[in-house]
Amino acid sequence: MNSITSQSLTTLVKNIKNKKLSSEEVTKAFIERSEKSKDLNAYITEDYSNALSKAKKFDQNPNFDLKIPGIPIAVKDLFCTNNVKTTAGSKILSNFIPTYESTVTQNIWNEGGILLGKLNCDEFAMGSSNETSFFGNVKNPIDKDLVPGGSSGGSAAAISGQLTPITIGTDTGGSIRQPASFTGTVGLKPTYGSCSRYGIVAFASSLDQAGPMAQSVQDCALLQEIISTYDPKDSTSADFKRNSLSKELTREIKGKKIGIPKEYRVDGMPGEIEKLWQKGIEYVKDCGAEIIDISLPHTKYALPTYYIIAPAEASSNLARYDGVKYGFRSKGENLIDMYEKTRSEGFGDEVKRRIIIGTYVLSSGYYDAYYLKAQKVRKLIKNDFDEAYKKVDAIITPSTPSSAFKIGEKTSDPVSMYLNDIFTVPVNLAGLPAISIPAGHDTKGYPLGLQIIGKAFQEQELLNIAYALEEKISFKNKIKDWWIK
Amino acid sequence: MSKENTEYLISRNKKIYEVIIGLEVHAQVISNSKLFSSSSTKFGAEPNTQVSLVDAAFPGMLPVINEFCIKQAIKTGLGLRAKINKRSVFDRKNYFYADLPQGYQISQFNYPIVGEGSVIIDMPNGQKTVGIERLHLEQDAGKSIHDMDPQNTLIDLNRSGVALMEIVSKPDLRSPEEVSAYIKKLRSIMRYLGTCDGNMQEGSLRADVNVSVRLKGTEKLGTRCEIKNVNSIKFMQMAINYEANRQVDLIEDGKTINQETRLFDTKKNETRSMRNKEDAHDYRYFPDPDLLPLEVSDEFINKLIAEIPELPDDKKKRFIDKFKLSSYEATILVSDLETSKYFEEVVENSDVKLATNWITGDLFAVLNDKNLEISQSPVSAKNLSKLINLIKNGTISGKIAKTIFELMMDGDKDPSKIVEEKELKQESDPKELEAIINKVIQDNPDKVRDFKSGKTKLFGFFVGLVMKVSGGKANPQLVNDILKQKL
Amino acid sequence: MIIDLKTIKHISKLSRISVDEKKAQKLTVDLNSIFEFIEKLNELKTDNVQPLTSVAEITLKFRPDEVQSYNIRDEIIKNSPEDNKDFFVVPKVVE
Repeated sequence: MNSITSQSLTTLVKNIKNKKLSSEEVTKAFIERSEKSKDLNAYITEDYSNALSKAKKFDQNPNFDLKIPGIPIAVKDLFCTNNVKTTAGSKILSNFIPTYESTVTQNIWNEGGILLGKLNCDEFAMGSSNETSFFGNVKNPIDKDLVPGGSSGGSAAAISGQLTPITIGTDTGGSIRQPASFTGTVGLKPTYGSCSRYGIVAFASSLDQAGPMAQSVQDCALLQEIISTYDPKDSTSADFKRNSLSKELTREIKGKKIGIPKEYRVDGMPGEIEKLWQKGIEYVKDCGAEIIDISLPHTKYALPTYYIIAPAEASSNLARYDGVKYGFRSKGENLIDMYEKTRSEGFGDEVKRRIIIGTYVLSSGYYDAYYLKAQKVRKLIKNDFDEAYKKVDAIITPSTPSSAFKIGEKTSDPVSMYLNDIFTVPVNLAGLPAISIPAGHDTKGYPLGLQIIGKAFQEQELLNIAYALEEKISFKNKIKDWWIK
Repeated sequence: MSKENTEYLISRNKKIYEVIIGLEVHAQVISNSKLFSSSSTKFGAEPNTQVSLVDAAFPGMLPVINEFCIKQAIKTGLGLRAKINKRSVFDRKNYFYADLPQGYQISQFNYPIVGEGSVIIDMPNGQKTVGIERLHLEQDAGKSIHDMDPQNTLIDLNRSGVALMEIVSKPDLRSPEEVSAYIKKLRSIMRYLGTCDGNMQEGSLRADVNVSVRLKGTEKLGTRCEIKNVNSIKFMQMAINYEANRQVDLIEDGKTINQETRLFDTKKNETRSMRNKEDAHDYRYFPDPDLLPLEVSDEFINKLIAEIPELPDDKKKRFIDKFKLSSYEATILVSDLETSKYFEEVVENSDVKLATNWITGDLFAVLNDKNLEISQSPVSAKNLSKLINLIKNGTISGKIAKTIFELMMDGDKDPSKIVEEKELKQESDPKELEAIINKVIQDNPDKVRDFKSGKTKLFGFFVGLVMKVSGGKANPQLVNDILKQKL
Repeated sequence: MIIDLKTIKHISKLSRISVDEKKAQKLTVDLNSIFEFIEKLNELKTDNVQPLTSVAEITLKFRPDEVQSYNIRDEIIKNSPEDNKDFFVVPKVVE
């Protein structure tokens, strides 16, 4: 048998159900590896002893009807977890202990999952490199000098470094897909409304969506099937018929029409990414699918649109962090002084920058020129996809315009950092599902991902295409456990 | 102030100014749970015991709208004869305040649930229609308590998130009296509908008052000031009075009026500027991305139309037609739903004229005196109607009735029982009365002489004496008749 | 320059974030480079486009008017920075 931590979620579930492994053995293995992996800085909060006792309890009275019986799972620290500190990577929530559980994590525990700990992320999910976290940056298991991407950087590092068999992240503009691409793993951003936002620390409400991050498409399908439920506690939760994604998963995609948008061929994109994209297109053809050239004419406006809408919503969503009800407070001479000091000291630079951008674009005299304009362009971007989906079933693009960059490389230039999300952001604006799967390596040996974008609520079809493509690509991650001494 | 007109005019240096008033009324919706959360709305609970994770704006908490509050707002809109908007949008109004846990209030800005409507008010010189601009739903804030702790302000979030209807009038009001009539009418309509209890003491009805002045006869509206959060009709009237005069003084002194928010200081009876310019509010309204547009179907609205009870204006019309009441009487009797119910119960079995007089006269006096609502009346409608019938059929005199009414208040006694017990039945037997009258005439020969020699005023003396001797029980009409004969 | 230092200071105030002179200057530089990039949207004519506020193509669902959250004061106050069992506490506000 392979070492426990290198097994896929699907294999681990099988081994637990066949009683080849106990929950305790599995949990112990991941805890041990996590303990040895502190150098990655993937965790903000470890919950190992609770995890172990839950595993033992599970083994005493196992329920093998559950979908992930006794499987330990670490989650992004943006999900509120009952009685376990939830920080959103921020100083302002560094002492916050929720008394409630997010719907998505609750769904995981209901199917037998066991919380291992809370994973590092960019502060309030604002970042593309996990460098904005109050708890320090995360190292990419691919190479110690590389960022793991962001904002779900801790999740990406933990899944690629095998500190957890599966994990969840959140994706507002690419925060699942970009780090998945940077770490050679699979990340799914579901359709807006597929997973409940209840209990997830909000960044931009009209864009935020939770999703699975995994070693394989199959694992991804299994977790997505668990976390996606209709939730009356979230007014934007969609009540649609949900597939048994992992059971219905098939590589049969013959005759499917796959769109290739010409606008994703951006200036300055490395040749190796273009090459990878072509390779992906060939694989799709090999699977019997049809390639169709399409146009998404407003693609280049997506990023500017995103950088109006997301900060605008964030500026309002983050107003509740004022030092009154919970979290960090700085002493002030009066109420306003207390607010200003608390927020100035409690938020990091990137978060403050975005709050100020958001406040500005909503402020009197600028609303029409920025916020309203952005909403209109958002409509045009969505229309582009609606038009394209009259002709195709899915769209394939690169996940990112480059492979993982070096720690510190882009921190001084916010715009160059933002440009990293150029291929992922349009998907959030249109509310569509998309998956990033590892598709190859660049000349430096760093992984590169391909993004498949599906139709709204057609996660099954999206996963099927990814599943077929994954087999053709047969990607192997080059991770040498350099951080384990 | 002119008598024929209800306008409030201010004269200065031979110029006449009129006062233009518009109200933004905040009416707390009657509902069990809050607008976007499932905590209770009950008034008077221990601090922070009716606060959910949503109300206290915990991370990741989301609003989910209460259907009943939507119905209440639409019903109120129907009561205001207003346009119901089948599509409306919730926006966030962003500002920081200690009792605003989210850092924004969920409200409706561009697309309110209810559009234009009107309210008819009754003034001494006739009816007036006051235009309604809009009605929208929003969240109430919590409460800041400044006087419990010398160093700190304490925050109670029990009220945070309770549904409010903001009802915005057009600038159609012209005097403190009209404001009073408008608020009372609005409150009456909402009480009829059961959408707001209108209790100003508990803060479930309060208003922002917009005041401006202009030279009488001119068209252009002057610069207005908004007096925030006034919670009694009396204070609204005092505030308008002060503010209008302040503005006229400024104009007469050649100064400009700043458009600003002001606070009414009830102790000093003056308004003062609330916020300085530097901190001018910029609410950054935008559609709440946690909520979707609110859409209601015709079917939804039609069901609510079917639930609308007879409202004050219709009831008044019916009372005038059916009971031949004067407009004034009808207005009084319909102003409060419970009063109108009481009235209808009384007149079901008794004389309308007497019932109207008794209710608006003696009963109201007692209720006023004891500070009671009509629902707490010490005399039930059933027993009042019995009393009226006793008068009507001559069993008792009006005067005795007043004595009996006093006695009835002790435990809502049956008036016929009191008549029996106290032997207060009216003496209507002509023989008995003749005997009393004969005795009175016999005992006062000098007065009889004076009467006969032309001092006809003495007739009243004889009537009074007969009544006294009979212990007030003599039928006054019969006494009159017999006395006239005998004298 | 799209946004000047004065505006940055005003917006920071509106955001209840205190910034010193140095930070304000840095923010001015950053925001100008970001807005330069955002201004790209001005190339587009959008006069006849309906703004999109939500991609969710559903309308608001209603909740029944039931009280389901009861007294959880201890839970609510537990995380608050000041030590008071009944209230949230802020520096004295003078109205």
